[in-house]
Amino acid sequence: MGALVEARRGPFVRDVLGRSDYAIISGLIEPDSKVLDLGCGDGELLEWLAENKRVDARGIEINGVKVQRAIARGVSVYQGDIDEGLADYPDGAFDYVILSQTLQETRRPLQVLREMLRVGKRVIVAFPNFGHWSVRLAHLFSGRAPKTRLFPYEWYESPNIHFLTVQDFAELARKEGWTVERRIFLSGHYLGTVLPNLMAEVAVFLIRK
Amino acid sequence: MIVTTRQTRFDSLSLDCGETLAPVDVAFETYGTLNESKSNAILILHALSGDAHAAGISHETGKPGWWDNMIGPGKGFDTEKYFVICSNVLGGCRGTTGPSSINPSTGCPYAMSFPVITIPDMVRLQKMVVDHLGIERLLAVSGGSMGGMQALEWAVSYPDRVAAAIPIATTARHSAQQIAFNEVGRQAIMADPDWNEGNYYATKPPARGLAVARMVGHITYMSDESMREKFGRRLREKEAYGFDFSIDFEVESYLRYRGSQFVERFDANSYLYITKAMDYFDLTNGGGSLGHVFEKTTARFLVISFTSDWLYPSYQSLEIVNALRSRNKDVAYCELPSNYGHDAFLVEVGEQTELVRGFLARTYKERT
Repeated sequence: MGALVEARRGPFVRDVLGRSDYAIISGLIEPDSKVLDLGCGDGELLEWLAENKRVDARGIEINGVKVQRAIARGVSVYQGDIDEGLADYPDGAFDYVILSQTLQETRRPLQVLREMLRVGKRVIVAFPNFGHWSVRLAHLFSGRAPKTRLFPYEWYESPNIHFLTVQDFAELARKEGWTVERRIFLSGHYLGTVLPNLMAEVAVFLIRK
Repeated sequence: MIVTTRQTRFDSLSLDCGETLAPVDVAFETYGTLNESKSNAILILHALSGDAHAAGISHETGKPGWWDNMIGPGKGFDTEKYFVICSNVLGGCRGTTGPSSINPSTGCPYAMSFPVITIPDMVRLQKMVVDHLGIERLLAVSGGSMGGMQALEWAVSYPDRVAAAIPIATTARHSAQQIAFNEVGRQAIMADPDWNEGNYYATKPPARGLAVARMVGHITYMSDESMREKFGRRLREKEAYGFDFSIDFEVESYLRYRGSQFVERFDANSYLYITKAMDYFDLTNGGGSLGHVFEKTTARFLVISFTSDWLYPSYQSLEIVNALRSRNKDVAYCELPSNYGHDAFLVEVGEQTELVRGFLARTYKERT
């Protein structure tokens, strides 16, 4: 399997802030736009976007310590829950709403995505692909809840409560009538194009209503 | 940093109640240096019992300012970068015209003939000070509690004059509970025979009433937890109950001490007028949505609340934050963990310093 991945991998992706998904996300964002990052942590991506793309950067984060660090960086972060936190924003308030590696942690992912598409003209969702071959093999051979590099938690400690694959997301977008403008697949530091549902570790979708 | 309180006089001030005060004196202090473009000025707004002496060591009293841990060289409000102003509020008793000032038309203290004032009145007077200093636009306005109300009022009343607002542990309108505690304080003062309908300046002040008002205040500024930690049920200089009504508990001793100290430095009539101004405060003027009120604001906001503050609970800060978000305004919000209750805004320096420093630096970079 590893050899197959080796043979099929695409171009190398240079990290932004040590993360290849950040590199993809920041590549999708037009300069001088208005950006909301959900589950923005300590605001490092937003700060990078503000400085390198002159975006008007806002964030929502539930963890108080991370909120403090984000505000100390000068990023406007609101301490709140993304499952409910979008309700107050008016329609189309942002050019982009980002949800990076957090969709699988939300209580009501579809509700969150619909709200993102309401307040954002475009939505960028990055999520770990539960369909990746390593997850499938881990499950098949161990007979236990898969524990891999992508999903490193014990089942009882995992923040992930909604697992999804590339195919699941594509199917949902089709059912909801969302337009998928871009889809980018990452395997480690390499872009992937072939068999994404099997090969992609992380998928990044750029969608709009 | 040795500082001196300055004074300035304005011809007159029109008030919300319809009356005009003439003339009006204002006591204020400044720290740091105003830059050439006058773009680094920050106005600090004090709470109920505060004054113009916010930072540094007073030339007259030798005492540090009430927010000295937040304002100064290298501190949250860094006086090496910013020019910081703080004035005593209208109705106060520390150099700004208030009920204890002499009414020029009678030659006697105003006492209860002083007109009832509002938070917007206080802010209008502060704007005259800012104009007097030749400052076109403030980099920031900030304060806790009643100071936070003034910060909000500034951002709403003078949207072009404020680049950022930092309201801390505050509310957009006083709640029934907040009004209730203030009313207990006022009634304690007015029930003291020495109050004498406010005419006590030639005799003796209503010290007992004002002390009781302050005691009630102090209880609301602390939390159950901070009181448990500070006093518990410890007895004051005795091994067993006294079986009388002298002081038994440490907490009684503390409250009495704080009450009697307050009388030394605060005017009872000022307490009545300022608490009334807080109770009248409602950014919506009793109607319309808070979001609508913030429609024209251009300031960035940093809103801070504290977990154990039950006098100005976080839901009131969230109300402000959500109203701002509903108009897509730039707002950062954080609820800081603290056991200190409402006093936290004066005590929790570490976290506030980080938040304020980062927020101000970004504002200065982007908005000047």
